[in-house]
Amino acid sequence: MTNDRSQGRHRRAKKDSVANNSSTITGNRALQIEEPLIFEQGAKGRTGVDLPAPTDESTAALGGLERDKPIGLPGLSEPEVVRHYTRLSRNNYAIDIGFYPLGSCTMKHNPRLNERLSRLPGLADIHPLQPESTVQGGLALIEQVSNWLKILTGFPAVAMSPAAGAQGELCGLMTIRTHLMARGDPRTVVLVPDSAHGTNPATAAMCGYQIESVPSNQRGRVDLNALQARLGPDIAALMLTNPNTCGLFEEEIIEIAAAVHDSGALFYCDGANFNALVGKVRPADLGIDIMHLNLHKTFSTPHGGGGPGAGPVVMTNELAPYAPLPWLLREGETLLLIEHPERQAKTSFGRMRAWHGQMGMFVRALAYMLSHGGDGLRQVAEDAVLNANYLRVGLEGKYTMPYSGLCMHEVLCDDEFIKDTDITTLDIAKTLIDEGYHPMTIYFPLIAHGAMLIEPTETESRQTLDQFIKVLRAIADQISSGDSKRFHRAPLHAPRRRLDETRAARQPNLRWKESTPTSSPRK
Amino acid sequence: MRYLPHTAEDRRAMMTDIGIGSIEELFKDVPNEARLDRPLELPNHADELSVERHITGLAAQNVTAGAVPCFIGGGAYRHHVPAAVDALIQRGEFLTSYTPYQPEISQGTLQALFEFQTQVSLITGMEVANGSMYDGSTACAEAVLMAGRVTKRQRAVLSGGLNPLYCDVVETLAQFTGLEIEKSRPNAPTRGHHDTLALEARVNNDTACVVVQFPDFFGVIRDFTALSARCHEQGTLLIVVVTEPVALGALKAPGDMGADIVVGEGQSLGVGLNFGGPYVGLFATKEKYLRQMPGRVAGETLDSDGKRGWVLTLNAREQHIRREKATSNICTNSGLCALAFSIHLSLLGETGFARLAALNHSTARSLAEKLAGLQGIEVLNGAYFNEFTVRLSRESAPVIEELAQKKILAGVPLSRLYPDRKDFKDLALMTATETTTDSDIQALLQALSESVL
Ligand SMILES: Cc1ncc(COP(=O)(O)O)c(C=O)c1O
Repeated sequence: MTNDRSQGRHRRAKKDSVANNSSTITGNRALQIEEPLIFEQGAKGRTGVDLPAPTDESTAALGGLERDKPIGLPGLSEPEVVRHYTRLSRNNYAIDIGFYPLGSCTMKHNPRLNERLSRLPGLADIHPLQPESTVQGGLALIEQVSNWLKILTGFPAVAMSPAAGAQGELCGLMTIRTHLMARGDPRTVVLVPDSAHGTNPATAAMCGYQIESVPSNQRGRVDLNALQARLGPDIAALMLTNPNTCGLFEEEIIEIAAAVHDSGALFYCDGANFNALVGKVRPADLGIDIMHLNLHKTFSTPHGGGGPGAGPVVMTNELAPYAPLPWLLREGETLLLIEHPERQAKTSFGRMRAWHGQMGMFVRALAYMLSHGGDGLRQVAEDAVLNANYLRVGLEGKYTMPYSGLCMHEVLCDDEFIKDTDITTLDIAKTLIDEGYHPMTIYFPLIAHGAMLIEPTETESRQTLDQFIKVLRAIADQISSGDSKRFHRAPLHAPRRRLDETRAARQPNLRWKESTPTSSPRK
Repeated sequence: MRYLPHTAEDRRAMMTDIGIGSIEELFKDVPNEARLDRPLELPNHADELSVERHITGLAAQNVTAGAVPCFIGGGAYRHHVPAAVDALIQRGEFLTSYTPYQPEISQGTLQALFEFQTQVSLITGMEVANGSMYDGSTACAEAVLMAGRVTKRQRAVLSGGLNPLYCDVVETLAQFTGLEIEKSRPNAPTRGHHDTLALEARVNNDTACVVVQFPDFFGVIRDFTALSARCHEQGTLLIVVVTEPVALGALKAPGDMGADIVVGEGQSLGVGLNFGGPYVGLFATKEKYLRQMPGRVAGETLDSDGKRGWVLTLNAREQHIRREKATSNICTNSGLCALAFSIHLSLLGETGFARLAALNHSTARSLAEKLAGLQGIEVLNGAYFNEFTVRLSRESAPVIEELAQKKILAGVPLSRLYPDRKDFKDLALMTATETTTDSDIQALLQALSESVL
């Protein structure tokens, strides 16, 4: 460091690290390659798939509606397509790359065994309308997943068809509403805590309910007194997340359940956070009536850049008669599907989606459950909670937390500790990107100001957590030292700098068009 | 346990740092009576090989569609998916990322979504598309709900040609929204009778939307130009449902017939049968309805260096911002299946897509012609793409079951989907795709002639 030349070089390198477009001829930066849209590539007539010529080109049976103009799809060979998507993939952060502590999303490792098994032709290549006699193994697989979920949650029944968490919520509320109607007791309002995920009120609205918010108390839990005061003959259900979206266990849940039931309402639980409880607590023992599970969270089916997921719904015997179609029944050795509101399923509230559920997710979830076993799943919950608390303690003193004390599987910070600076939660998130992390969930839940919700999951090692704590603490130190520049400019090292979301929303451009001005095809 | 990194020593050291003497202390907020103090009745953890044996055993109990002659369609179709599709979607960067909330490190997913949206817009002939719904059936229901919001009307008319499961889903998901769902009676196809007069007569100035399927559930292809004119005269939206997107390589785009919303099942491209899920819902509409559209969308923008990039946009429609006033409750969608769809379509390109469609149609024609030559079978469709309805000389369900015992998946007995329609008992739906071989067809003809005579 005393050597002038080396210092000079160092200084130059530093300047260049603020990578800008002009630093290379191509705009590429070594492994990071600027990739045009697929529509800006290829050539007319080129294709990446060889298909035999049809034996007969007649269009006489198309009813006079044959296509009379080109679609406008680009033509690329297989190597071009493979390269395109490989390059795109390299612009993504992912669990496979690094720590992804996105609160509420349970970004745990996705075992590759599960991928392999989901692709077995005997499971991936069966048609939902094959005769039941030809898919007994597929139906048995669904039955086995159902049994695991029932045992883990303590409920006697499960609806397997919902496509994701939000559809599971809708399944739950439609079951409740149909049950209440059958009881001759129509009720109109669903109570949702102010900390709830956005899907909860959106779901209640789709189910035709009015939504009222229940306040949280000083401890980040539902305010039992306020809840009791509002419960009455017009309240159909309480939708509660447990552990809640602040990462806290609703310690008065038994009292909450009793109050809800005393008023004649039902108790829906958003089970997105079941990872904290699996194998340790059965939700049925908490007085819950019905709850969805996210197989893409607790049971590790991959998130796939946004989906697909699966949201099975476990429920009591009282609600089971109203569960959605199809129903899976066992008659001796044979499994059968009831696909219409008939026989045992006469009282079903209907069908939420075509076919029988997210089979591909069921295969992965079963592989996950078998791999862990009852003992391993219990360990999952313990390690997930241990990891979150380890982070909590590691961050204490540098970060502020709206609710003190133990957390469950995730830890919630707010922006109190930076309130006198010009740094925001968003700036911290973008700075973490430069440090090689996927940021935590930010600005959710809404009840914590400038929320940062950190969920490590059980598949992270102590070394990863130690390193993350070190980085977060160093960031807090940099902020308190008054050095705000890097925060406002971050990210500097990602494939893109901060993107202009206002511009995107003001002049929505949602597809490539030949004339799009900002699209600059390769010359 | 191979997925859990902590050793006993790690756990002990971490507990010390936290200041607890036992893991149970971490669960002290859980009421005592609800804490499990015993193991559940579940097997203990298992090694890879055992898990693989167990699940392979279940797979072996099924008849794999690709291993036998298969003529089943009805809303899910067996197509050949190029090897590159699965190799690419299994890249960890796509597989193990989530919703692109942090666009600077999610440009791969976002650009792919933007391309997917463009492809869906192009093949449907619409102006804009979203980044996917769960599947075709829920996309269809969401389109009906959207039409209610756009028109502020309460009546939706469903064509009898709409997949009956889709009808059920629309009725179920709309049942508490105040929308009234009117279903017209399904009819078996008759040659040369392909107009939409009956539906046109149902459209009036309180109709929010009419939902039709193209090609319809029975395989029939109808021109919806006159229907869309009638709809637009009355301020009604025309929703066109496509459950076999390969057909769009051969047929006029629904947008060119005046559709206001086009929804579809994208499974045919890239996804595979998977016993019914996960699939991918397509959703396309006109730009003027954008703000009522459900689901995520990627939009183009610039970064602070002026470089082109993509973000999730128009979030003000969605549940995380609007909560109970959102256009839908959808959050997790079908991202990876949308990617598979998009890669498959990119591989095909304009010429490959057209050829795939032509190949499907010519194979189906060949099947239909040969079936028509059999005694005891009548092909009911005049127009069709790759599937059509046949009438057998006896009830179709037992025939299909008999053939299944001979390892031939002959088609869909309509009684499975319309249990109340006595007049459909001898009908079946049969499909041929590019995967259907001449020997598949020969095997079917042979077995059928033994069963229907
Ligand atoms: C607490 C909570 N509830 C509900 C949901 C919705 O689940 P999904 O995205 O599977 O529809 C999520 C996930 O994003 C969540 O975190």
